[in-house]
Amino acid sequence: MADQRTPVATHADQTVLGADEIILNMGPQHPSTHGVLRVKLRLDGEKVIGSECIIGYLHRGVEKIAEHRTYQQFAPYVDRMDYVAAVSNGLGYCEAVEKLLGAEAPPRARVIRTILTELQRIASHLFWLGTHALDIGALTPLFYCLREREEILKIFEKYCGARLTTHAFRIGGLQYEAYDTLEKDVERFCKPFDKRVDEYEALLTGNRIWVGRTKGIGILTAKEAIDYGASGPVLRGSGVKWDIRKAMPYAAYDQYKFEIPTGKNGDTFDRYIVRLEEMRQSRLICLQAIENIPAGPIMGKVGKVLKPPPGEVYHSIEAPKGELGYYIVSDATTQPYRVRIRPPSFINLEAFDKMIRGHLVADVVAIIGTLDIVLGEVDR
Amino acid sequence: MQGLLHFLLRFLVPLICAVIIVAVVPLVAGYIVLMERKVMADMQARLGPMRVGPHGLLQPIADAVKLLLKEDIIPEEADKLIFWIAPLISVTTAMLAMSALAIGPWFQIADLNVGLLFIVGIGALGIFGIVLGGWSSNSHYSLLGALRSAAQLVSYETAAGMAIVGGLLLAGTLSTREIIQAQNDYGVWFGFAAPVGFFVYLVASIAETNRAPFDLPEAESELVAGYMTEYSGFRWALYFLAEYTNMVVVASIATTLFLGGWLRPFAGTPAFNFLDYAPSVLMLAVGAYCFYRAPKQPVKVQQLFMMVVGLGLLLVAVVLALPLTSMVNNMVPGLKAGLHGAFWFLLKVGLYLYVFMWLRFTFPRYRFDQLMRLGWQFLIPLSIINVMGIGVALALHRHWGWSNWTAFPLTTVVTLLIAGWLGWAGEKKDKQHVFVGEI
Repeated sequence: MADQRTPVATHADQTVLGADEIILNMGPQHPSTHGVLRVKLRLDGEKVIGSECIIGYLHRGVEKIAEHRTYQQFAPYVDRMDYVAAVSNGLGYCEAVEKLLGAEAPPRARVIRTILTELQRIASHLFWLGTHALDIGALTPLFYCLREREEILKIFEKYCGARLTTHAFRIGGLQYEAYDTLEKDVERFCKPFDKRVDEYEALLTGNRIWVGRTKGIGILTAKEAIDYGASGPVLRGSGVKWDIRKAMPYAAYDQYKFEIPTGKNGDTFDRYIVRLEEMRQSRLICLQAIENIPAGPIMGKVGKVLKPPPGEVYHSIEAPKGELGYYIVSDATTQPYRVRIRPPSFINLEAFDKMIRGHLVADVVAIIGTLDIVLGEVDR
Repeated sequence: MQGLLHFLLRFLVPLICAVIIVAVVPLVAGYIVLMERKVMADMQARLGPMRVGPHGLLQPIADAVKLLLKEDIIPEEADKLIFWIAPLISVTTAMLAMSALAIGPWFQIADLNVGLLFIVGIGALGIFGIVLGGWSSNSHYSLLGALRSAAQLVSYETAAGMAIVGGLLLAGTLSTREIIQAQNDYGVWFGFAAPVGFFVYLVASIAETNRAPFDLPEAESELVAGYMTEYSGFRWALYFLAEYTNMVVVASIATTLFLGGWLRPFAGTPAFNFLDYAPSVLMLAVGAYCFYRAPKQPVKVQQLFMMVVGLGLLLVAVVLALPLTSMVNNMVPGLKAGLHGAFWFLLKVGLYLYVFMWLRFTFPRYRFDQLMRLGWQFLIPLSIINVMGIGVALALHRHWGWSNWTAFPLTTVVTLLIAGWLGWAGEKKDKQHVFVGEI
C-alpha cells in the first residue's frame, strides 16, 4: 500500500513534495475535464503550483488505421476525432485528399460545404459555451445552448441522416444533393440567432461573478500563444488576427464578407467574447451563402478508385477549435502511406500548464473549458 | 384530572410537534428538491421530472426508496467511526434547530427565551458533520471541500449573526414568538425597517447553507461533490436532508425576523382584512387548476391522482375558510390564528426558498478568494454598520423623539451610501491586486 502513496513528481527537478503540498489527481473520471483528460495538480492549499496533463485514455490509433483503409474508407473515421464538430473534420480531410489528387469540388458543393461547416462551428461553440458556463457554475446557459444546437443537428439530420458523426462530405464533392428546404431551414435558424446570442450575453457577459471568474484568468500573451503553436479562438483571444478562412481561403470562404474577432488581454473572458462574436460572424456567412447557392453538379471528376500520384500534401482548415491540418503522403496506391493529423485541441492543451500556474483549483476547470478541448481529438 | 390536562399540555403537545417535525421534515425536504428541480426546469426551458406520478409528484418518494436500497460504501481507508457519525451530526443539528421555530402561534416545540440564539448556535454546529465527513473520507476532494466549508461558515456566520443582531435590536428579545409580536406592535416587518440587514442575511444564509453561487464546498465541476464525494446511498441522503433542512431553518429565521413570521401582510390594518380570505382563495385556485389539468393527463391513473390532489387542496381551502365563520371561531378560539399563521409562515418560507433557487440557476459560482473577499471586505463591515445604523435610529426615536418614519429611512440611506462606498473601495482595491500567477 505504501508504494501507491509515494508522491508523484509534477516536475523532473522536484521529486519530493513540500510539507504543505498535495497532489490532486483530477480525472480521467471527473465531471469537468471534458472527457477523459487526467490532470495531476500540485497544490499548495488551493493554489496550483504545477500541473501535468496525462492524455491517451481515448487513443484509438486513427492515424494508423488510415494506413490500412482506402481514401474513401478513412473519411468516416475523421468524424470521430472532434466529435463535437464532425463536419469540419470531414471538410479538412476531403479537401486534403482533393488537393493530393489535384481535383476540385464543384462550386455548388463548395458552397454547401461552407454552409454546413459554419453551422457546425456555431454548434461547436454553443456546446462549448454551455459546458464552459456549467464548469464555472452557471447551470442555465447549457440548456439554452443545447436548444439552439438541436436546431443545427436537425438540419444535419435532414441533410445526411446523421446528427453527430455525419460523414456529410465525400472526396470530390458531396454525396447528397441539398434537400429542398435547406436554405429555408438555415435561414429560419440564422435569422433569430443573434438575438439568442444576446440572451447568453445577458446571462453571462455583464455578470460580476462571471467577469470575476474569467477576467485575468489563464492569460496567454500574443507571443506566448504563437510560441505554443496555439490556434483558433485561443490564438485570436490573445490578439493575433489569424484565421485560415481569410489567410488561405478554402471551400467558398473567399466569396463572403466576415470579420475576424480578436481579444486584447488573452484571458478567459476575451476568449469567451471572441467565440461569441465568431458565432455571430458564422451566422452572417450562412446568411450570405444561402442567398446564392450556384446550380450545377455536386461531385467533381475524381473516379471511383482513388489512386493519387505519389507525393505529399498538407492542408489545414479553420476548425471551430483552431487549425486542423492533414498531412497525407501517397505512395500511388489506393491507401495513404501516412496520414498525420494536426489536432488543434492537442496543441492548444500544451499551454495549459503555463496558464494555470498560480491560479486556484477552481480556475483549472475554467481554463480547461476555455481551451475548448475535445479528448477524441487530443488522443485520436 | 387537572394535573393530567396540565401534563398533556405541558409535554404532549411539544412531543407531538417533535414527532411531526422528525417525520415530516424529510418528506418536506424531498418535496423541496422536487420544487427545485421544477423551478430549474422552468428556467431552463424544459419540463423536469414528469414520469413518477403526475408532473413528477411522487419523484421524491421514488428517490428516497432508491437511496435506501443503494449499496452503502465506506472507503477502505476511511476513518470508519467518524465517517459513520458525521452525517448524523449534520442531520441532528439541522433537525434540532427546527425545534425552537414557531410555525404559526400553535405549532412550536419549545418557546425558548433564547430561541434565535439557540437556532443559530445549533445550526453552526452542523459544520462539524461536514468537516468530519470530509476529513474522515481520506480523499483530497473531500478534504478540500471540508476546508472550504469550514472557512466559509466562519466568515459568513459572522455576517449573518451581525445581521440578526440588527433585527434583535429592533425586537428587543430573542424569543421567536416575541420577535413576531414586536413586528405586530411596530406595524412594520423588520425587513422593511432594516432592509440592509435583511439583504446581508439573505446573502449570508445562502453561503451558510452551501448553496450556489456560494456552493464551493460541493462545487460539482471542481471538487466532484466536495465533502460528500465518498458518500453513497443513505448516508449521502442524510447530508442532502441536512442541507435542505438547513435551508428551511435559515428561511424560517429570515421569515421570523425580517418578514413578520406568521403575520398576515398589513396585519394591523383593518382595511386589509379581506386578505384573510387570501389563503382559501389561493388554495381554491390551485385546486381548481388541478381539476382543469386532470383531463389533459396522458394516463388514467395520473388523471385520478391529479383529481385527488385537487380534492385535497379544496379540502385545505375549506379548512382554512372555516375559522372565518363566527360559529367555528367562537367554538375554537384561536383556530384562525393557528391555521392562517401556519399558512402565511409557510408561504413566506416557500418564497424565500424560491429566491434561493432563482439565484442558484442564474449565477455562476464564486471562486474561493472572491467569496472570502465578499464576506470579509463587504458583508461583515456592512452588517456592523447596519447594527450601528439601527442603534442610531432607535436612539433618535426613543431619546430625541424622532418619528420612526424619518429615523429609519434616514439611517437606511446612510447605510446604503456607506455600502456603496465599501463596494467602490473594494473594487478599487481589487484593481490594485490583480491576481496574477507569479510561479
